[in-house]
Amino acid sequence: MAHVEQLVGSYRAWAANGASGAPSWLKDLREGGIARFHDLGFPNMKQEAWRFTSVAPIAEGSFELAQPPARTPKLDDIRPFLLFETGYRLVFLDGFFQPSLSTPFFDDIQSLAHVVAHRQDLVRQHLGTYAATQDRPFSALNTAFVHEGAFVHVPAKATIAEPIQLLFLASGAKQVVSHPRNLVVIEREARASIVETYASLGQGPYWTNSVTEVVVGEGARVDYHRVQRESERAYHVATTQTHQGRDSTVHLHTVAFGAALARHDIGAVMAGPGGTLILNGLYLLAGQQHADHHTTIDHAADHCESHEYFNGVLDEKSRGVFTGRIIVRPGAQKTDSKQTNNNLLLSTDAHADSQPQLEIYADDVKCTHGSTVGPLDPRALFYLRSRGVGEAEARRLMTYGFAAEILGRMDVAALRAELDRIVRDRLAA
Amino acid sequence: MTSIEAHVQQPYKYGFVTDIESEVVPAGLNEDVIRLISAKKGEPEWMLAWRLKAYRNWLKMSEPHWPNVKYGPIDYQAISYYAAPKQKPKLDSLDQVDPKLVQTFEKLGIPIEEQKRLTGVAVDAVFDSVSVATTFQAELAKYGVIFMPISQAIREHADLVQQYVGTVVPYNDNFFAALNSAVFTDGSFVYVPKGVRCPLELSTYFRINASSTGQFERTLIIADEGSYVSYLEGCSAPMRDENQLHAAVVELVALDRATIKYSTIQNWYPGDEEGKGGIYNFVTKRGKCAGVNSKISWTQVETGSAITWKYPGCILQGDNSIGEFYSVAVTSRKQQADTGTKMIHLGKNTRSTIVSKGISAGRGQNTYRGLVKIMKGAEGARNYSQCDSMLIGDKCGAHTFPYIDVRNSTAIMEHEASTSKIGEDQIFYLRQRGLSAEDAVSMIVNGFCKEVFKELPMEFAVEATRLLGISLEGSVG
Repeated sequence: MAHVEQLVGSYRAWAANGASGAPSWLKDLREGGIARFHDLGFPNMKQEAWRFTSVAPIAEGSFELAQPPARTPKLDDIRPFLLFETGYRLVFLDGFFQPSLSTPFFDDIQSLAHVVAHRQDLVRQHLGTYAATQDRPFSALNTAFVHEGAFVHVPAKATIAEPIQLLFLASGAKQVVSHPRNLVVIEREARASIVETYASLGQGPYWTNSVTEVVVGEGARVDYHRVQRESERAYHVATTQTHQGRDSTVHLHTVAFGAALARHDIGAVMAGPGGTLILNGLYLLAGQQHADHHTTIDHAADHCESHEYFNGVLDEKSRGVFTGRIIVRPGAQKTDSKQTNNNLLLSTDAHADSQPQLEIYADDVKCTHGSTVGPLDPRALFYLRSRGVGEAEARRLMTYGFAAEILGRMDVAALRAELDRIVRDRLAA
Repeated sequence: MTSIEAHVQQPYKYGFVTDIESEVVPAGLNEDVIRLISAKKGEPEWMLAWRLKAYRNWLKMSEPHWPNVKYGPIDYQAISYYAAPKQKPKLDSLDQVDPKLVQTFEKLGIPIEEQKRLTGVAVDAVFDSVSVATTFQAELAKYGVIFMPISQAIREHADLVQQYVGTVVPYNDNFFAALNSAVFTDGSFVYVPKGVRCPLELSTYFRINASSTGQFERTLIIADEGSYVSYLEGCSAPMRDENQLHAAVVELVALDRATIKYSTIQNWYPGDEEGKGGIYNFVTKRGKCAGVNSKISWTQVETGSAITWKYPGCILQGDNSIGEFYSVAVTSRKQQADTGTKMIHLGKNTRSTIVSKGISAGRGQNTYRGLVKIMKGAEGARNYSQCDSMLIGDKCGAHTFPYIDVRNSTAIMEHEASTSKIGEDQIFYLRQRGLSAEDAVSMIVNGFCKEVFKELPMEFAVEATRLLGISLEGSVG
């Protein structure tokens, strides 16, 4: 509890000083966020949504609000995390925008703070509209500290050919917390591909608490990729919330490799009829890592389809938690929804929890979910060995194949190749 | 009203009230009431002490609200915890049973006169808080099988009851189990000795009759090494505007190589079209496969009750033990059901199978909630779960909330679930072959439930099929 007070205190100090120049609507949004966080406090394991994940290391740890970094990294420092050096790119260090490393585009692909200062209308219209804070303490806390993050706006009927890269780096030198807040607005019939990456330059413990809101207009399409490769001592808490208009398409890919403790809440609202959603995720954990994914697909309109695939590879003493909820609202007829969560346990100390959930209030629907937990198939292993593949190599091949199923759904070739390389490296280790 | 809706909204057949003088203790719950119940049953001191311990614990607990069901607050002081038809306490033969009671059970299709018996089924008939007749006790005694009301067992087989009661569902397990432990009145007790295959199907029929009462029965079944027993329970209640509480506890213990098959056909009064009245069925059922190679199989057909809240589970403790759960749950009118199972794998090579079929019609809300937990020591454990839901009508809901927790990498766990509308093309096909819409629906629904019905003892599979037809009558249009 003491720590809740400490965070509220650091908010007060920050609001009175560094953030005092904000417009009044933004101040109101922040005040609402901190009040909510103060009421909710940190979640505990008695709460249904947090049954399998203890946030004690965050709640009991001491994290100072990140300060602007003293030194700007060089392009060479961040090159390992870039997929391409061309195209639009926004780079942040400890939550602060790094103009010298970024290639923004006017007020459309820009730092959020810049857009708030220069062109408020869109931000004001959308910010905080989609990501719930009511029962989400971390989202509320992020809202309290809304200041900086990525802003992407694609006007109606426009197509941005090359993927937009959003890179969030931690210096990993001090025990700090950053609250990146991202807003993506894809207008009607527009199209874009985005890669959001979280990584670290150092090895120290730090805490990232990010929220991303993605609004997709009528007939628009977004391919959203999220790569979480934080340092192994990091804490990563995130919310991704999408909101889809009529006949729109969202392909949301998420990959979690890093962090000691990671929690990712993914929410998707299908608000208009005829929408399509693909939610495609992979978590690859080892050591003592703990990753918890909570997904909620809300079929609020009729004639939408959603396909969700989550694969987990759990080695050593790691633990993977998956909760996938599909809600079909009254009247959302002709919904077609499929969900699968498969977990591979590579060690006797690994541990998987899986809660696929269907909540259906309409009758003319097709909804299925499936979930499996198990070791590698001994017959397939036997087959490979009978063909002269050594046991370790056979296990690696099969595990790679299990992970590659998810990577294969991604459209950005450079990203697929990079993730493929990371998966192979991790399996070789 | 369309023909299918008419088909579903058939009146509840068992809603009559038996006009019989009964002895009802005043409403309210306190230690004196518990002492009174215990005294009426002539219980030994240890039983009363256990009840009081449970009651004191219950006072500290709060009613759970996590199930996906909605209901108003229950006033536990407005319920009478004991109601018994006035008659001589001990019965040596059926001639002494009040003819009104015999008639009641006959009307329900449960003959308690042995000459009219269902072939091969021994029946224990429980009316409100007491067991009124148990058939075939002498026949069963020849095999050493004990089948009697639990109140009698507490007096006559205290050692067995004391050894096992509360070992599977502890007195402080949950709010309703604690309440039951404090105030339970009757129920069945079964003990099957070593190596005996029980020659008859055992059955208990529960009937709530008195108003403003609750039924709190407790059943304990012990299958000793290498034995086999099949047990079935049925239930019904009069139509009343009030909600009546039924909070039962069932404990099963299977020792080495023993098999227990437990079937339920639950047909409590479901309330009227507007959801007024009906039974709140808050039940804790759990079996422990304590021995190696033991097996417990639950089969349930849930068609009644305004609210059902029930998770028959298995603790698979013995190596190679097997747990099974087959369920059909039907909600129509304004019924709500939150039901499923818990399979806890502790022993090596333990296996469990879950097949759940949910049917929602009218404004019914049907939830499957299940837990499969595979602990670290459960090498080679295997689970297969399948949950299918069928929706009939656009005002009902079907929900699936499985919890899967695996802590052993050699275990294999699979879960599948689907939800869909009753097949229009299937109805069309059957109709063009000359079947009416009702018959088509009934045929499709029965096909949907076949995997579960085939697990029921033969005598009751027919009953279940018929019951399902009645529950859904009028739901298709």
